[in-house]
Formats: sequence, C-alpha cells, structure tokens
Amino acid sequence: MLRKALAACALATCLPVSAADLKIELDIPRLEVAEYHRPYVALWIEQDNQHIANLNVWYDLKMKDNEGEKWLKDMRQWWRRSGRSLELPVDGVSGATRAVGTHSLNFNGGSAALQQLKAGDYELLVEAAREVGGREILRIPFSWPPSQKVSAKAQGSSELGAINLTLIP
Amino acid sequence: MKPMIKWTALALAICLPLSAHAHRAWMLPSATVLSGDEPWISVDAAVSNDIFYFEHFPLQIEGVGEPLVMPGQTPAGKDAKPAPARPRAQLEIIRPDGSLAKPLFANTGRYRSTFDVQLDQKGTWKLAIANQGLFARYQENGEMKRWSGKAADFAKQVPKDAEKLQVTESASRMEVFVTSGQPSEQVLKPTNKGLELIAKTHPNDLFAGETAHFAFLLDGKPAANLKVTVIAEGIRYRDSLNEIVLSTDNNGAFSITWPQAGMYWLEAVSTQAITSTESPATQKRASYSATLEVLAP
Repeated sequence: MLRKALAACALATCLPVSAADLKIELDIPRLEVAEYHRPYVALWIEQDNQHIANLNVWYDLKMKDNEGEKWLKDMRQWWRRSGRSLELPVDGVSGATRAVGTHSLNFNGGSAALQQLKAGDYELLVEAAREVGGREILRIPFSWPPSQKVSAKAQGSSELGAINLTLIP
Repeated sequence: MKPMIKWTALALAICLPLSAHAHRAWMLPSATVLSGDEPWISVDAAVSNDIFYFEHFPLQIEGVGEPLVMPGQTPAGKDAKPAPARPRAQLEIIRPDGSLAKPLFANTGRYRSTFDVQLDQKGTWKLAIANQGLFARYQENGEMKRWSGKAADFAKQVPKDAEKLQVTESASRMEVFVTSGQPSEQVLKPTNKGLELIAKTHPNDLFAGETAHFAFLLDGKPAANLKVTVIAEGIRYRDSLNEIVLSTDNNGAFSITWPQAGMYWLEAVSTQAITSTESPATQKRASYSATLEVLAP
C-alpha cells in the first residue's frame, strides 16, 4: 500500500527532482555617491508568491551584538516572506556583503535549497537594500527542472545591475 | 490666548482624548516592523487637529515625563486652590507574552509626549491606552459643569439634583502594534470591553495594493454597520483630507485595500442609547483608533 502510494507520488512528480544546477551571475553596480555602503542582498525562490527556499542573504555579519541584523527588514519582501521567521545566521545562506562587481553563484542539485524544488514554475527573486541608499527587487521566472541548458536575465536600474540565471540539466 | 482659556483647552484635550471632535489623539511609532536582536522604537503621542503633526497639545501619559505646566504658570493660577489633577492617560506596553514593559527615555513637551521601548521579546507588541468611565454635563447655579471619572465616584461627586444632567458611558481605546521578527497573535486577543479591532490580516503585515481584512467588536460582540474612517499621513502636503470611509457588515467585518505605503490613522466611534435604568447614563459611546503602517511591496 505504502509502496503504491510512493509510486503514484513519484509518477505525479511530487517528489523533489534534483540533478540540475542553478547558476546566477549578479552585478552590483558602482554608484557615484558620497557615502557608499555595500548593499544587503537576498536571493530566494518563490512559487505563486509563496516563499520556497533561500539561496543567499548577504548582510553585515561582523558588527558587534549582531547590530547588522537591524537593517535586514529593509529587504522588505524577503523579510516578510522568510527573514522574519529565521534564526540568523543560517548555515549556507547567510554571508557577508559583497563589493561592486559581478559575482558568480553556483547551486548544485544536491544543495539544500534546490532539493526542495518539485517540478514546476518558479521565480528567482533578488532584493537589494543599501544603507543611505535605495532598494530594488528583481524577478526572473524559470521552470524546474530544465530539460536543456536555459538562460534568463533581468536588468536592474538602481541598486542592482544585470542578473543572469542559467539552469543546467 | 488668555491663560484661563488655554487651560480649559488643555483640560478638554486631556479629558476627551479619543473624541470625534476636531482634535484627534494619536501615537506614532518610529517603526512597526523590525529586525535585529533587541531593536528600539520611539513613539510620539499628541492631541492635534491634523493627524501626525504635533501642533496643539501633548497626549499626557502617566509615567511619561511631568504633567505639562507652561513656563511661569501654575495650572490653576498662583493663589487658587489646586484643581483636582486630571488623570493622565494610562498606557500599557504589552509584550508578546502579555507581560508589561515600562516606557523609557520618556518626556512630555509643549506639543508632544515621547517615549521609547526596547523590544526585548520577539513577536508582536501592543501599545494601548484604554479608558472606561462616565462623562457628565450639568448645570449648577446656572453654570455649565463637566465631570468625568469612574462610575463608582459618580454619585459622590455629581450632585443628585443637578439640572440638565446628561450622562454618557464612555469606553475609548487607542492602539499601536509593533513587531520584532515573526508576527505573533497573543496581544491581538480582545478584552471584550468597548470597541476593539479584530485583525484577520496581521496589523504588522500590511502592504500597499493588498487588501486587509478586519472586524470590530463592541463589548465582545460583532459591531455591525459601524462607520470606520481611515486617514493617510501627510495631510499638510495635500489639499483634501482624502479620508477613506468604510462600514462594517452584519458580522462587524470590513476590508480595506491600501492605496499607498505610509502611516495611517484608523478610527471608529459607536454611540448607542442606554435603556437600562441601572446606569445613570442615557448614552454609551465607544471609540477606537489605531495607527497602522503600510509598507511598499
């Protein structure tokens, strides 16, 4: 009985499908401002506006008394969808803020985040908020798992530059 | 303004803190959605014509600074008998687990009271000023008198044979919600006294363009067909008030789709005739107001 149920479940692809990789190239733009602080950035996956998995959150981890967590709420959507319910830091998700430039992020099929993905349509969300600066959020839709190598991109206009998403079966 | 008139205005401002008259009483928190270990908020509290501009009188709160006395004056004049001190508003700062916190760095200034709260517990906090009592108007020797206080003191302090006596039972409540980390529900439970907001949508999870669902209870029962007004901050910088007027349905429920992000002031007032002869009051007035923050998506 249990075996039958499991088989039916597998057929309906309700089990996680792994074995594909997800790569992100994220550009943090150089800004001509008098006072520059590296942005806080959150990257996560949603389905139908529901939070599914966190990929990364970059914030000031080194301030004493966790003072850097005070501004996490400025990534308003991420804070609402996930951040506020987390015990920080989260292993494999929390990281230090990053400098201006293009950053390559690789998540393999075995990673905690991607293991949660069942077959279906998703969105990659990237939200950035900068002290004494602005806030920007970008979305890139994608289907999982990829049957062939696919790429999609979004272009930021203020706090974020180009974001390229590549899925590799 | 002559001192006497000034002090009358002040007394009125204090004794009608939540009235529907031109002056509105409000509390404005510096933030309502917070992250970090034990974040702080700072709160302004005032009585004013325009929402969130302190330009009239502070909202005087017990434990928040000293009662307001203008420089060079005493409240009742130098040689006068000291007037009975009007009670200042009673503020409750309720932690997510229901315990009470004290206001810190508190001060009462000419136009506003301020106090800070360190959110030393994760979850949703409530700041509440609630009053229940009687309000009476009557004539004595041709002079109009006002009295407000607890029901128990009414018979002792208001003459039995007062002329043109009009007594109102009043229940007022003013609330602010603030969340550190994950929103919680405990402080949202009603006390079933007076007019209270039931938040089906969490009051610290409000976003522009989204619809929030609320309901009103009056003494614990659905407050049907109640008028609710909602005013966005920034009155000074626009020509019209742009208030949103809503009505509760038969179950006391109403919903609002937030037009834009910002601070909002929500108010409802219920007035009902009292037919029971147990109370000296002929009318029951219950009011509720809350400051709500709507975030940009």
